[in-house]
Amino acid sequence: MCSLALVVLIFILTIGNALAQEEVLPPDSTAVVEEAAYAQPVLNLQAEDKPNDAGGAVRVSWDVSTDDDGDGGIIGYTIYRGTAAAGPYEVVGQVPSGKSDFDDGNTADSLTYYYKVIAMNDALFSAGVTEVEMALATTAGPVQSSEQWFDFRRINVFAGTLLLSFLIIFMISRAKAGKKLFIRKIAGMEAVDEAVGRATEMGKKIFYVPGINDMDNVQTIASMTILGRVAELAGQYDTWLEVPVCRSLVMVTAKEVVKEAYTKVGRPDSFQENQVHYLTDDQFGYAAAIDGMVVREKPATIFYMGAFFAESLILAETGNATGAIQIAGTAMPSQLPFFVASCDYTLIGEELFAASAYLSREPKLLGSLKGQDMGKAIILVSMVVGIILETFGIWEFSQLFSVIE
Amino acid sequence: MEHFGLWVGAFLTLGIYSFLYRDNAWYKLCEAIFIGISAGYWVVILFWDNFYGKFWIGREEEPMLWVGAALGVLMLCRLVPRIGWISRWPLAFIVGATAGLWMMNYFSSNIMAQVQSTIMPLLGEGYSASFGEIVGNFVIAVGTFAGLIYFYFSKEHKGAFGATARLGIWVIMITFGASFGYTVMSRMSLLIGRIDFLLGDWLGLIQ
Repeated sequence: MCSLALVVLIFILTIGNALAQEEVLPPDSTAVVEEAAYAQPVLNLQAEDKPNDAGGAVRVSWDVSTDDDGDGGIIGYTIYRGTAAAGPYEVVGQVPSGKSDFDDGNTADSLTYYYKVIAMNDALFSAGVTEVEMALATTAGPVQSSEQWFDFRRINVFAGTLLLSFLIIFMISRAKAGKKLFIRKIAGMEAVDEAVGRATEMGKKIFYVPGINDMDNVQTIASMTILGRVAELAGQYDTWLEVPVCRSLVMVTAKEVVKEAYTKVGRPDSFQENQVHYLTDDQFGYAAAIDGMVVREKPATIFYMGAFFAESLILAETGNATGAIQIAGTAMPSQLPFFVASCDYTLIGEELFAASAYLSREPKLLGSLKGQDMGKAIILVSMVVGIILETFGIWEFSQLFSVIE
Repeated sequence: MEHFGLWVGAFLTLGIYSFLYRDNAWYKLCEAIFIGISAGYWVVILFWDNFYGKFWIGREEEPMLWVGAALGVLMLCRLVPRIGWISRWPLAFIVGATAGLWMMNYFSSNIMAQVQSTIMPLLGEGYSASFGEIVGNFVIAVGTFAGLIYFYFSKEHKGAFGATARLGIWVIMITFGASFGYTVMSRMSLLIGRIDFLLGDWLGLIQ
């Protein structure tokens, strides 16, 4: 009896369920769903090695779907990639509607790839792309990514560098040939002799702080050249020069520079290894240590030459408070105001790099500085000509200087 | 333990600030602790990040790392005076590579991009600029031109050239003034952070 009742109940439920489904969906419901999910495919699908790169990227491009008319019919495109034309394919990216290219930046140069692009509308996005749709979609490929030797979009940078290099080499050759090259006075560098002389008269130390960056910063390299000149003077006058550093490589380089300078002026015995010493790599630990040394030892002269950051004012203000003559030089724009405010002389930006040529008078450095000046002259003329041409709408001159990263 | 850390932090913070009054034993102690700990900390960081993290882990996949390691070993030649000169080779490599690598970057960012930004129609595209925009464009063009003249080293700053260079240094100094004010404001936030620690975390006077 119970079994009969159960069978009747199942029958009633099955019939009821079927009737309910018939009420919700029209007879051709499957066709309706497929029609809603269907979006016009992309056209002219292409995949090629991305040009002007270091490999590892393929550029996929297409003509947008005819449904992609801006009224929301297409919400975007999904890009699939496979290593065989027959698949399997995996999603490598999605782009919004209206976009007709995609850079797949995650390819291996040794592999061959195939690409498919599916135009997605709301329904397809919800339902998901089926194998049938994948099979029907156009395939682009085979394609392989590869690296190129030259990025031809940056040919203007190459030409500019070549021109500047030529000017510098030309001026160096003139300097080496004995041609007298004029460089205007740089006030901060004129004061170096005076500052070292002051320390000698007072019988006090000279501190040389080469910044907090390593030898991979051009400002630190320029600083080492200036240190050489300061060390020569200190050696000549037999004044104690102390160079506290915060990078091991800077310490090694500074030791070599100071040692060589002392040898050059005939005082190799005056050089002592502990003149150049390491404190800490930590920015503010380094600043705290120098502040302590400055307050306790009260040097007559302090040089700050190189790359400085937030510690610049802490250092320069302490030196200023002790009454030391201070000469600073950096190309860090955000720190220059602090040095200008608290130091006696400041080498601003390029003056730091020019100072080494100014001090040493070496033909190579002088020629290099003159070559750069010629480059600046060309830039000045270009700016004037360019602004006139663009103001009167004659030619978009600035595009010559456009740099594509 | 947390309270102990707070008290140590407060003790060291106040010790460093005591330098504002004058150099003293408390500051010297805090300074020595700071320098010692930071030096040790960086040794550990550099060992694990560079030697272990970069070289040791990647040594088999990237043979070029051995070149760097070899250059590092050459640096140690300084410890033996007789062959100390060999340590100059890695230094020369670093300085040369730095100059070469940065040359293109600096040329792109410091020259090309800046010149491109400076060259513009002073009256706007199709003479459409407002009065304010025109003034702004003139300031950029004249300021850049005069600033460049200041950094021209091959000619004495005399006459019209000198006057332009003086205008250039004025522009630079005005820029520095603005930068000074901006940076001071950001430094105030550091001070506020420390005061917040002392009055909030340590003393609990502010929530």
